[in-house]
Amino acid sequence: MALSNLSLTIGNGEFVALLGPSGCGKSTALNCLAGLLPLTGGSIFLDDRRIDTLPPERRDFGMVFQNYALFPHLTVRQNIGFGLKIKKVAKSEIERRVTAAINLVQLSLHADKHPSQLSGGQQQRVAIARAIVIEPQVVLMDEPLSNLDAKLRHEMRSEIKRLHRELGLTTVYVTHDQEEALSLADRLVVLHDGKVQQIGTPEDVYMNPVNSFVADFMGYRNLISMDLLAGGSAGNYSLRAPGLELTASNLFSGSAAGKVRVAIRPEDLFIENTSGNSISCTVKSVEYQGKDFAVEVSTAQGITLHLRTPKKLEVGQSTNLTVASDRVLVYPDSDA
Amino acid sequence: MSSVDTSARTFNLKSWLAEHGVDRLLFLLVPAFLAMLAFFIYPTIYGTYLSFHPMEAKSGALGNYRSFFGDTYMRNSIWNTFRIALPVSLINVFAAVPLAVRLRHRVRGKRTINTLLVIPMSLGTVLIAEGLSAYLAPNGWFNRTLLAAGIIDQPLQLLHNFWGVIISLLITGFPFAFLLTLSYISGINPKMEEAASTLGATSWQRFRYITFPLLTPGLAITFCLNFVLAFSVFPSANLLGNPAGDSHVLAVAAAQAIVNNYDYSMASAISVITGAFELAVVALVLVMRSRLYSGSTSGGKG
Repeated sequence: MALSNLSLTIGNGEFVALLGPSGCGKSTALNCLAGLLPLTGGSIFLDDRRIDTLPPERRDFGMVFQNYALFPHLTVRQNIGFGLKIKKVAKSEIERRVTAAINLVQLSLHADKHPSQLSGGQQQRVAIARAIVIEPQVVLMDEPLSNLDAKLRHEMRSEIKRLHRELGLTTVYVTHDQEEALSLADRLVVLHDGKVQQIGTPEDVYMNPVNSFVADFMGYRNLISMDLLAGGSAGNYSLRAPGLELTASNLFSGSAAGKVRVAIRPEDLFIENTSGNSISCTVKSVEYQGKDFAVEVSTAQGITLHLRTPKKLEVGQSTNLTVASDRVLVYPDSDA
Repeated sequence: MSSVDTSARTFNLKSWLAEHGVDRLLFLLVPAFLAMLAFFIYPTIYGTYLSFHPMEAKSGALGNYRSFFGDTYMRNSIWNTFRIALPVSLINVFAAVPLAVRLRHRVRGKRTINTLLVIPMSLGTVLIAEGLSAYLAPNGWFNRTLLAAGIIDQPLQLLHNFWGVIISLLITGFPFAFLLTLSYISGINPKMEEAASTLGATSWQRFRYITFPLLTPGLAITFCLNFVLAFSVFPSANLLGNPAGDSHVLAVAAAQAIVNNYDYSMASAISVITGAFELAVVALVLVMRSRLYSGSTSGGKG
């Protein structure tokens, strides 16, 4: 997978998540960092030391793999101690640090088992302990939670967050799960087709995606083609589509009068009569999702919209939606 | 809970088998089992029986064994066989490892190398022994090339001795060892080596601590198969070796018992002895193997 023009400076102790759909180049970026894939151009510096010319064993990066890649013939203790043994750390010191790491990931009851005797979540803990026990300059994590079931994924996410807080290790984390990235990272890097789309804090990327690709990926399910009327000004841009009129507060760079793409998050559409844009429509389908309902509605002219609401609606019922004009995001049409 | 009276139902073979844990597909093995019985188990039992009934009945049931172990020339054939089979199988296995390590990834020319290696296997031992007897002769290609290059000034004596047999067994046994080793090594998840490298292991350390330990159980099997092949060496011992002298191996001894003395009973005894030594070595290797890790090498959740 090709990757171009990824330029990123990561601060000490920072947790950076590379986020994107599969095939976007995020794992490539991580493998290049680790030295498992060669760079065809560019360079990597650690502090002032250039490291992209070094083989992986001399980079001092700990890595957690998607399938854990534990050594099946070694016990949990030996797996975790492997890096220290290679670095020729004294036996007593290895013993002490491995025991500390085992306690840190709460595996003291399983220290002498082999990986095949452990559950997926326990194997993942071993993989994490093995990567951090060598006290690497940077920890790289390649979709470490994608093989776990939903409940365990949540637990391990808190675990990773806790370890990062306790140890303050600089971490680069690759994932395709936006929720995971939002909850863990200090900073997000959204990738698509090997190109950086946006770099920013989770709030920033979530609330203000810079283009319609990022918006779509961050859960702005309603992407509508509309016309932007000429002559608007900040706080008051008029948008038109057959049977639909909206006002937006801001435009994202590149948007000009004419065809544009409008993104609205399902969570920003409300049934209650609040101020802002008003859309009248008919309910098409209702999905019960526990804490709320996912509802699909359609305007008279056939524009489909998705929203979430705690209120139980009936299919076929007419309703009125509102959306605040600062939550109507306008992007140029070309970058769809 | 099984208080339901099943005897009231009509007998159904299908469900009776299922209840007793017998897979009906196992019946497909019957023809193969019959063939085994006819061509392996019966001859083995008959040969063993024959070996205890020597031609000269008065020498007793152990007469053949007594005369075999009592005769220095015959007894030496055991040593002769080991002296050929052990080094050949060890060299084949250990030479296969570095090549398999190199070729496990996609490498340029991998197909060519694989083809070159498979050809000797498909040719058969007799054809190779024939070819080598011309190639390794004092005026053959091999010696003439070395002479012309000035590496030697006397032709090397590579035929009708120990070396001829060794060379031919290396050529026929190596591809076999290589292909087996390659399949074992391809089963080891490359992510494990990557993980080891991020933990600071150099390529030698990765091989030493990760790949080799995971490969050893496979190497033990490869060694056993190679050893059994080399232990029953016959064509090359006859054609390239010195079947009356240092390549008077067990198979040659058995054949001579039949051809020279029409003594099937003695030949059977020698075969039994051959089998016993083979089994002893294989058992020893397998016992050592069972002490090693021999589980999944694919890593991840097994």
